[in-house]
Amino acid sequence: MAALMTVRGSFPVIRRLVSVQHLHKWCSSRVQKAPLVYTPLSYNVSVIHQHRFFRTSYAAAGPILQFKLSDIGEGIMEVTVKEWYVKEGDRVSQFDSICEVQSDKASVTITSRYDGVIRKLYYDIDSIALVGKPLVDIETDGAGEQTPDQDVVETPAVSLEEHTHQEIKGHKTQATPAVRRLAMENNIKLSEVVGTGKDGRILKEDILNFIARQTGAILPPSPFHEIQPPPPAPAAVAKPKEIRPSPSIPAPVAPRPVFTGKDHTEPLKGFHKAMVKTMSAALKIPHFGYKDEVDLTQLVRLRSELKGVSESRGVKLSYMPFFIKAASLGLLHFPVLNASVDDACQNITYKAAHNIGLAMDTPQGLLVPNVKNVQMLSIFEIAVELNRLQSLGAAGQLGTAELTGGTFTLSNIGSIGGTYAKPVILPPEVAIGALGKLQVLPRFNAKDEVVKAHIMNVSWSADHRIIDGATMCRFSNLWKSYLENPGSMVLDLK
Amino acid sequence: MRLSSTLKTYLEDFCKPGVILKSPSTDIFQNLALEDWIHQHIDVQTRRVLLLWRNDSAVVIGRHQNPWQECNLPMMRKLGIPLARRRSGGGTVYHDLGNINLTFFTSKKNYDRRRNLGVVTGALKDLRPDLDVVATDRFDIVLNGDYKISGTAAKLGRTAAYHHCTLLCSSNRPLLSLVLQSNCKGIKSNATPSVPSPVKNLMDEDPSLEATDIMEAIASRYNAEFGFDGPIITVDPSVEDLMPGIHDMAAELKTWEWVYGRTPKFSICTSFTVEGANVALDMDIKNGVVEKCAMDVPQQWLLPEVGQQLGSALTGVRFCPSEAAAVVAALMRTSSQDPDLARKTRRLYESVVAVI
Repeated sequence: MAALMTVRGSFPVIRRLVSVQHLHKWCSSRVQKAPLVYTPLSYNVSVIHQHRFFRTSYAAAGPILQFKLSDIGEGIMEVTVKEWYVKEGDRVSQFDSICEVQSDKASVTITSRYDGVIRKLYYDIDSIALVGKPLVDIETDGAGEQTPDQDVVETPAVSLEEHTHQEIKGHKTQATPAVRRLAMENNIKLSEVVGTGKDGRILKEDILNFIARQTGAILPPSPFHEIQPPPPAPAAVAKPKEIRPSPSIPAPVAPRPVFTGKDHTEPLKGFHKAMVKTMSAALKIPHFGYKDEVDLTQLVRLRSELKGVSESRGVKLSYMPFFIKAASLGLLHFPVLNASVDDACQNITYKAAHNIGLAMDTPQGLLVPNVKNVQMLSIFEIAVELNRLQSLGAAGQLGTAELTGGTFTLSNIGSIGGTYAKPVILPPEVAIGALGKLQVLPRFNAKDEVVKAHIMNVSWSADHRIIDGATMCRFSNLWKSYLENPGSMVLDLK
Repeated sequence: MRLSSTLKTYLEDFCKPGVILKSPSTDIFQNLALEDWIHQHIDVQTRRVLLLWRNDSAVVIGRHQNPWQECNLPMMRKLGIPLARRRSGGGTVYHDLGNINLTFFTSKKNYDRRRNLGVVTGALKDLRPDLDVVATDRFDIVLNGDYKISGTAAKLGRTAAYHHCTLLCSSNRPLLSLVLQSNCKGIKSNATPSVPSPVKNLMDEDPSLEATDIMEAIASRYNAEFGFDGPIITVDPSVEDLMPGIHDMAAELKTWEWVYGRTPKFSICTSFTVEGANVALDMDIKNGVVEKCAMDVPQQWLLPEVGQQLGSALTGVRFCPSEAAAVVAALMRTSSQDPDLARKTRRLYESVVAVI
């Protein structure tokens, strides 16, 4: 910044153009070796009787500059525009990505040369863009100084850093013109600021942090808004910012925080829209609920014994295969729970197969794949099928075969939490059960002693048009008895 | 190597103008992220970098390509072969451990694909002087004039560029052909198409040629060509401290939005037969999401409302078979229970999902 100070001191009154040229010469000292002309257009500095630079504002809007497509190299004269990262009206900073073009197996990211607002895009996606012809129009900030035949780089790609570097003590400091303006306005030497951007580039935040550390104040965010291109271009990991307030400042009255969040509305699409339809149809069914408590102490013991055997066969054994098989055994005695009514509720169809669905929480949302023909499967076979459905669900690969054809559903919401629930029947089924979490609670045994019991709650919902309370209660009792006394399940196993 | 430094500071301290890096990882996403990280963080104005890497089975499509058009997605899902989209242009390739990847990082000024390919053909000739390998105008390398053994792609940024290419040493050729053949009919798109060519493995030509020998030969030839003398440095892309931010970059490369959602707009115009009825299907897909879905179902077979309902339900859904299956399953719950109608509806739904 030393050189800059000199300029300020020696030229108290300078015509705008002259000051810019001097600045240009000083800033782009290396440019003079290269065969091209580049004027930092976003520099609008002028010195008037003062030792501070500030941007003079002009009544007219900034000139609209044509940003031409620069040479890609290897003699390529035309490219295909593949993706735009900006649209007309967007604000860009120098070095922001503007678009992606492709030529001959090379994908090129074109970055902006200027700060400003995009006013025109010259090409549509998939059109051919010519090297040397305009790509976008950018309206620069304020009045830009430029010679009328302002031209862009036509020679083989020369890196832009050579124009925008400041050489201070043999150290190259990279910063966009906007950042450098901010530094100048606050009398900061860029060489003293630690850059946290890519390649050690100094970002606006670095200047603000530097100032905060100097004055102990936290500055309000500047109104300058930089466009962040969509990925790829993540910023390098920034060092954690430390703002250490000076200890002598008395605690000020905290200003009222202003909430600037905005509501966000979007239309329901796809799967959610389909769920709306399903649930609306479901609630047309007159539901009634029936809830009970199941003592799973013996089942817990049985499962821990069988877990090892199952794992030696390569299958994870949870409690679900037991719940599912017990439900199927119960359905054999109460087939009305495995039925379906038609739209007008005129005919009832008793389904032969017990395709018991399992509500699963997947990355896509609530899906209910079902285990087909449980009435024919052993508990181990059910466990195998459950493992298969769970891995498909986790991989997001459940298909229509797994997701359709269910006749009865169990929801193991307790694996996430909760005790009692009010599940909603999934049409065209007529009953559903929700299982709460397994808790260890004190209960009285037959000898009036308090013992440790593994208790789970179950909440059933059924279609009251065809199922009455007594039926549901008897089914639930049968299901419960199989689980509380797993030995009896062995007696009735088919 | 001191773990307190990052790869960037290490290379700066290392101070050599030529660096050869090798990745021990065979995870395609980690390696692509490593490539990106080097491109973004390593200063190539004063040095050149060569990266050697290999991956487990994977299919990699170019930046602007359409995966449905380029490969057999259902087959890949079944075989557990992941799909990745790289950031450079070019066509689709099949990677496995028999395929070597080479990335030449330079400044934009020094971007010269021909010279890089010269390093590769030179290295191969160093190993086997009688080998007939030549780099073509399209920056491929062909063996014996006919068989492609290497394809090229490149990415140019503001000041830095990279050129990467593959080299078929002992790849699984039957699997390669199977997987790189699209099963999706009726796609109309402006995405960059791949140009299929007959391929051959270097090992088919000379069974004594091993991938490890070839990599070493390329490293030596690289040093010779540019006047360097650096050793091969192993860089593990899973070490976040070495390359801060790389973990997020790899995660981003795996997202559906990047792999599938970046597909340029395309449409599907096809037909299929269900129970003797011929159904025409028309879909527009933008950013991987169905924008429009219309089908023409013969009225004698099924009422048009069913088709319209399905079309409207699929609009706004990702073009993904499991998402479509979820929508279809939910729809089936509220469709008519008349067994005849239900069966026809289900068959129609399943046929549409099968197109995806």
